[in-house]
Amino acid sequence: MFGAWHIAIPPLPALMAQLLIGLINGAFYAMLSLGLAVIFGMLNIINFTHGAQYMLGAFCAFLLLNQLGIGYWWALAVAPILVGAFGMGLERLFIRHLYHLDHLYGLLLTFGLGLIIEGLFRQEWGSAGLPYSIPDALTGAHNLGFMFLPNYRAWVIVASLAMCIGTWFVIERTRLGSYLRAATENPTLVQAMGINVPRMITLTYGFGVALAALAGVMAAPIYQVSPLMGSNIIIVVFAVVVIGGMGSIVGSIVSGFVLGLIEGLTKVFYPEASATAIFVIMAIVLLVKPAGFFGRAV
Amino acid sequence: MRFAGLVATIGLAATAAWSGTAAAQMSGKPIKIGVLSDMSSLYADIGGSGSVLAAQMAVKDMGGSVAGVPVQVVSADHQNKPDTGVAIVRRWIDQEGVDAVVDVPTSSVALAVQQVMKEKQKVFLISGAAASDLTGKACSPTGVHWTYDTYALAHGTGGALVKQGGDTWFFITADYAFGHALQRDTADVVTKAGGKVLGSVDVPLNNADFSSFLLQAQQSKAKIIGLANAGGDTINSIKQAAEFGIVSGGQRLAGLLVFISDVNSLGLKAAQGLVLTSAFYWDQNDATRAWSKRFTEQTHKPPTMVQAGVYGAVSHYLKAIAAAKTDDGPKVVAEMRKLPINDFMTKNGKLREDGRVMRDMYLFQVKSPAESKYQFDYFKQLATIPAEQAFRPLSESECPLVKKG
Repeated sequence: MFGAWHIAIPPLPALMAQLLIGLINGAFYAMLSLGLAVIFGMLNIINFTHGAQYMLGAFCAFLLLNQLGIGYWWALAVAPILVGAFGMGLERLFIRHLYHLDHLYGLLLTFGLGLIIEGLFRQEWGSAGLPYSIPDALTGAHNLGFMFLPNYRAWVIVASLAMCIGTWFVIERTRLGSYLRAATENPTLVQAMGINVPRMITLTYGFGVALAALAGVMAAPIYQVSPLMGSNIIIVVFAVVVIGGMGSIVGSIVSGFVLGLIEGLTKVFYPEASATAIFVIMAIVLLVKPAGFFGRAV
Repeated sequence: MRFAGLVATIGLAATAAWSGTAAAQMSGKPIKIGVLSDMSSLYADIGGSGSVLAAQMAVKDMGGSVAGVPVQVVSADHQNKPDTGVAIVRRWIDQEGVDAVVDVPTSSVALAVQQVMKEKQKVFLISGAAASDLTGKACSPTGVHWTYDTYALAHGTGGALVKQGGDTWFFITADYAFGHALQRDTADVVTKAGGKVLGSVDVPLNNADFSSFLLQAQQSKAKIIGLANAGGDTINSIKQAAEFGIVSGGQRLAGLLVFISDVNSLGLKAAQGLVLTSAFYWDQNDATRAWSKRFTEQTHKPPTMVQAGVYGAVSHYLKAIAAAKTDDGPKVVAEMRKLPINDFMTKNGKLREDGRVMRDMYLFQVKSPAESKYQFDYFKQLATIPAEQAFRPLSESECPLVKKG
C-alpha cells in the first residue's frame, strides 16, 4: 500500500513540472465549476447534468470533425452554441418547473437527465472512447528547462484563464451582470422594471451549459471522447464548487486552480490517494467553514 | 412412535442415497449461464454486452439445449466492484439456479467471485480477468482461466521488449489486483533477463489525466515505460504520452495489455508500432474471420480476445456437460479437463489441473495507417508463443491443487 514512498522528494525542477501539470488540471476544474457556479448563483439549481453537457461538448467536436469535416477551432465556437441551445431547451421543458421547489428536486431531475443522456451515448458509441487529434497548430511542445510543456496544455491554461476572467467581469462588473444578480435577489422587482426575467434565466442556464461544452471541446484532444468522461469528472468538480462556496464565481475559479495544484502534489507524494485528496479537503472545509471559502453564510 | 421414527430415518436415508446418485446425473432443470461483466464503465467494450452476445452465440451453436435440457443466458453489471459482483453471484446461485458464471473482467472482482464459486462448487469460466493468481494462490477446483493471464502478457510483450534491448523499466500501474499482478510478473521477466526496474507509480483505477505519472516516468530515464493497466487507462496513457514527447524523446511505451478496442479508440496514428500479446485477433485465418464476421454484424465492432474467449469457454463447458451427462460443477470441470479444446481460436488447447487453459499466444504489432488496408485491419503477427512458454509452468505454481513431484 505504501509502495509509492520509495519515490523520494523530487528535485525542484521536477516539482515545478508537477505543479504546472496540476495547474492544467485545475484549469479544467475551474472551467467546469465556473459554469456550475453561474447556474447555481443565478438559478439556484444544482446542475448535475453538467458532466453530461461537458461530454456533449466533446462529442459535438468529434461529430463535427467526422461527419462534417469541421475542425477544432470552429468546434470551439459551434459546439458551445449547439450544446447551450440544447441546455436552454432542457431548461424550458423541465427545469423551470422546479424553481419554487427545494434544491433537492432540481438536483434529482438534472442527475436523471444526465444519466439518460450518458446512457444514450453509451448505447450508440460504447465506452472505449473515440479518437480526436490535437489541432496541427498546437502540436509539439516547448522545452522549459525543467519540463517538456506540450503546446496544447499551455493553450488550455491561457484559454481557461481568459474565459474565467471574462465571465467574472461580465457578471460582477457590467450592467447585464447587475441585472442578473438583481433578478436572483428579487425577480418580481426586476420584472416590474421591464426586464424579461424568465428569458434572462434561460439564457443564463444556456451560458452555463455552453461553458461546460467549451471545456468538453478543450478536453477532447487530451482525454478520450467517451460517454463516461463527464461522470468521471463531475463529482470532483462538485467538490471543488463546495470548497469554493456554492454560487461564488471567484470561489469556483480560485478553488479550481488551487485544488488542481493540490491534486498534482498528491500525485507525486502519494499517488494512490490522488483520487481521494480533493474529497478529504472537502470534508474538512465543510466541518470548518460550511459555506466554503468564498461563500456567504446562509 | 418408535415405529414412526424408524420410518422417518429410513426415509431420510433413502432420500440421501437418491440425491447422491442424482448428483452424477442431470438435475433436470435448465442450464443457466450468468455473464458477469463491466456493462457500463471503462472495461465495457472489452467484455460487456459483447461477452453476452458471444455466450448467446455459443448456446445457439449448440442448438439451444444440452443433454436434453434448455440452456439460458443471463447477465449482470458488476460495476468493477468486488462486493457488487459477489452479491450478484450469490443471488444467482442461491435463488436463480445459475450453474456457471462467465467472463468477469476486473481481477479484483474475479478473485472475490472465485471464492464464492469454490464454496458453491459451481463452474467459473474466466475470460476477462487477467491476474495470474487466479490459477496460482487463489486457484479453485471449479475455476477455469480461459483466455490469457498476466504471466502470459509479461512473458509475451515484456520478454520481446527485453530481447530488443529494453533493460530498464518504469511502471505505471493500475492500483488493484490486476495491475499489481501484471507489474510483478513483468518485473520478474525483466530482472531474470538481467534488466532493472527503476521505479513505479500506482495510479487509482479509471484515472483521466496521466501527465503527472508520465512525467515521473520520463524523469526516471528508463528505456521502457511499462503500462500495467487496461482499457480506458491504457488509452489515456498512450494518448498523453504522445503529447509529452515520450516516444520521440527516445523512451518506449510497453502497453502490457492492449485490446483491439483500445487500438480502435486511439486510432492507428497514435497506436502504431505498439507490441502486444493476445490470444486472438479476428483476421488470423478463415476460421477467426468467419466467427468474427458473425459477431461484428451485430456489434459493428471487432471482437476482443475476451469476447472470443467467452464463446470458446461456454462451448467447451456445454460440450463437457453433453459428454459427461451431468451438470454437477466439479464433474463437469473434470470432463472439461479430459476433452481437448478445439474451436476457431484455440487449437489443441488443454485445461490444466490448476485451472489454466494451455493455448498458444501471439505477439502482434499495431500497423501504421499506411499499412492498414481495410476496416479494422490493425495488427500484424510477429510471432507465435507456444503454450508452454506463454504460461507459468506447473513446477513454479503456488496453486495448492498442484501435486508437487
